[in-house]
Amino acid sequence: MHPARKRRIRLVVALSAAVILACALVYTSLSASNESVQPSQLTAAQSGVSYQLTGKVADGSVRERSGGVDFRVRDRTGARSVPVSYTGAVPDPFREGREVIVTVRKQGTMFVAERDSLITKCPSKFTEDSNQKS
Amino acid sequence: MATVGRALLILALVVAAYGLLASIYGARARRPEWVASGRRSVYAVAALATGAFAILELAFLRSDFSFSIVASHSSTTTPTFYKAAAAWSSQEGSLLLWLWLLSLWSSLVLFFTRRQLRLVAPYATAVLLGFAAFFAGLLVFKASPFQTLAVVPAEGSGLNPLLRHPSMMIHPPMLYSGYTLFAIPFAFAIGALITRQVGAADWIRSTRRFALAAWFFLGIGVMLGARWSYMELGWGGYWAWDPVENASLLPWLTGTAFLHSIMIQEKRGMLKIWNISLVLTTGILAILGTFLVRSGILDSIHAFVGSSLGVPFVTLIGIMIAGSIGLVVWRREALRSENRLDSMLSREAIFLANNLVLVGLAFVVFWGTFWPLIAEALTGSRRALGPPWFDRYTVPLAIVLVLLSGIGPLIAWRRATAANARRNFLFPVGLALLLGVVLAALGVASRPLALAMFVCGAFVVFSVGQEFWRGVRVRRAMSGDGPLAALVALVGRNRRRYGGYLVHVGMAVLFIGIAASTAFNDTTDVRMSPGDKTTVGGYQFTYVKPTSDAAFSGAGNIEKISFGAVVTIRKDGKTVATLRPERGYYPSRDSSLGAVGRYFEGEATSEVGLKGGMRRDLWTAMTPNIRELQPVIDEADKAFATVAGQLNPEEAGALLGRTLRLLIDRYESEPPPATFRLITSPMVTWIWIGALIVIGGALIAMWPAPDAARRRATARLAARVAEDLGRTETRTA
Repeated sequence: MHPARKRRIRLVVALSAAVILACALVYTSLSASNESVQPSQLTAAQSGVSYQLTGKVADGSVRERSGGVDFRVRDRTGARSVPVSYTGAVPDPFREGREVIVTVRKQGTMFVAERDSLITKCPSKFTEDSNQKS
Repeated sequence: MATVGRALLILALVVAAYGLLASIYGARARRPEWVASGRRSVYAVAALATGAFAILELAFLRSDFSFSIVASHSSTTTPTFYKAAAAWSSQEGSLLLWLWLLSLWSSLVLFFTRRQLRLVAPYATAVLLGFAAFFAGLLVFKASPFQTLAVVPAEGSGLNPLLRHPSMMIHPPMLYSGYTLFAIPFAFAIGALITRQVGAADWIRSTRRFALAAWFFLGIGVMLGARWSYMELGWGGYWAWDPVENASLLPWLTGTAFLHSIMIQEKRGMLKIWNISLVLTTGILAILGTFLVRSGILDSIHAFVGSSLGVPFVTLIGIMIAGSIGLVVWRREALRSENRLDSMLSREAIFLANNLVLVGLAFVVFWGTFWPLIAEALTGSRRALGPPWFDRYTVPLAIVLVLLSGIGPLIAWRRATAANARRNFLFPVGLALLLGVVLAALGVASRPLALAMFVCGAFVVFSVGQEFWRGVRVRRAMSGDGPLAALVALVGRNRRRYGGYLVHVGMAVLFIGIAASTAFNDTTDVRMSPGDKTTVGGYQFTYVKPTSDAAFSGAGNIEKISFGAVVTIRKDGKTVATLRPERGYYPSRDSSLGAVGRYFEGEATSEVGLKGGMRRDLWTAMTPNIRELQPVIDEADKAFATVAGQLNPEEAGALLGRTLRLLIDRYESEPPPATFRLITSPMVTWIWIGALIVIGGALIAMWPAPDAARRRATARLAARVAEDLGRTETRTA
């Protein structure tokens, strides 16, 4: 076979494989991923569908219980909140007012969290300094 | 001092900008004095950044709270080691650390190559000074570490307790060393493209050691982060596929691919486009990693919030991507391979496959990390992928990678014959398969992916072991040395090769540890009171009794209150470990929370109880239900508030100390139930041992070979003689 023709065939095969792999990746990513939402976007939440809920732990809402913790998550900038029941390891930085990310499913009026899915943003990171600067 | 610091940074910015222009002008106009001036600018930036960094460190060590970042990230009660390290726990301090390390490494490489790479070096200098100017600009205009406070507080906020762990303090300098060192091969690659020197081996040889050092430091940084997560975060894991964790892994993966494929370019003149693309991609990913931590564009446990650095970083990354693509397309003719692949059964082909797997891994990690943004562009809504998605792709790719790392050292260059394959593969493949059969019979077959990793990992160890054994045997036959002396001589004479082999063994051991600890761990979250027992993974955990402690600062204040537990672990009627997990409570600075209550409203950290071992780790963390102590805390706050006004500060401090002591005693006499996380996880220790082997192997590979050192000494002597002769000739003339 002519070398140029051989190269063209190789290129077509490689490109086709790349397209198939890319489609497979998009498909599995879409089917495996959870929609990332804040509490105010959960008004029309469907039962049985998983969501990645982000927001802040509402003040005065944390109730510890055996094996986990119940709390409310509110919008980052707003008061709208939803109740979350979580089972699993509670991260050290978790507390009221902290930003959290947790995977939840709606069950009745409650959002039940996936086990061990709760993460709390590290408070060490660069927050705007509230001190007055000269 | 803050003014001096600010002035040094402004000077660094000006010098970097001048050096950048001088280097380009010198290269274009063929004026070596301008090129030399550009190089000296790098040294000057390094000196200025060193001065600025020293001022910041001094401010932290002296607890100078007139510096805003000292007040918000340190305190008089912070231990000295953590005071020194607190400088890079802030956005501003970490950017200064970046500039400082970049300028030091840049100075080092430009000093070593000052008499070489005359065409490439000026452009590389300009690129490095471009990075320096960018970071100096951020420090001057966007995030100055030398901001001062109008009103100086008597005390600072202190370093976040979660960061008070030695590995977390060393982790950032290691990561930043990796990122900044990867800027060096990037800069030289740009220089090589501009000057059409892409095929020349000297720029690759000169910068390869820096690429290896970058890979080494970044790898240590990643492992320290994993170790910190395991020991400090109280969840018992070491990797969570968090975007910021992934960002540090990406350049490491492409850097690993580059370190392998560059050997093919050196030996066969092949894969030039691939290599240059890899080195450019790695440089871009290093900046992307730095950006991702600061942008807040992705939801991450580690991401910095409230940062305004997104636009400058996106602009820089955009310029790097556009410039890199443009240059590669422009120079595509010079990047043509000199040879073709002779056979798919050759070391070149295995290296190529290894590269494809590594780049595939990097692509999967990149895709999963940026999926929320991709999904938003495709569907209009943000979507996130969890660890199971990453595991689905990365685990099979990692198994193939480990397998290839065992084949690579055994297979011949150019074309392997059947005789060569039989001779080299029979023993390691046979032993690995035999081990696989034994493990399957022992029940490991229930986790097929873990079994595959064990077999592939064992194959790597046996194949490398065979290479060492054969090398030692030949060496002994030639020199008559003893086995140890022959081994030392063998490694000493070919450090790069045998150091690399050790790295392969370390990675295999590390992956075996990861496979075992993820496939066979048992985790239980359970609420227990003293006397309660529970069984996890065949081990009986008993909550024996509560413990408590108060840590005092130098000034006599209570720095931390710890509530913990004594947990005994028994198996087959014997006590195998006694662990003491604790939860430490650091006071909030908000006095409205009550003199006592504020101790339980600040930061809390887990001190895990760990019995590590070659076979299994027994891991515990605990969280006492403090809410049950709340009535006592409220009562103490009320009582304290009524009398505190009538007391002087010393009396109030003494009373608070006594009150907290009573609370601590109360915890021990009437302990509330606590939630325990109990984990039995096999072979976690192998991960850390594997990492240490990798470090050892990389150090051996990086160490200059004796003949290279001799060559350098000879070259120095020749240069001096030439210089002397030149002087003599001038005088004679």
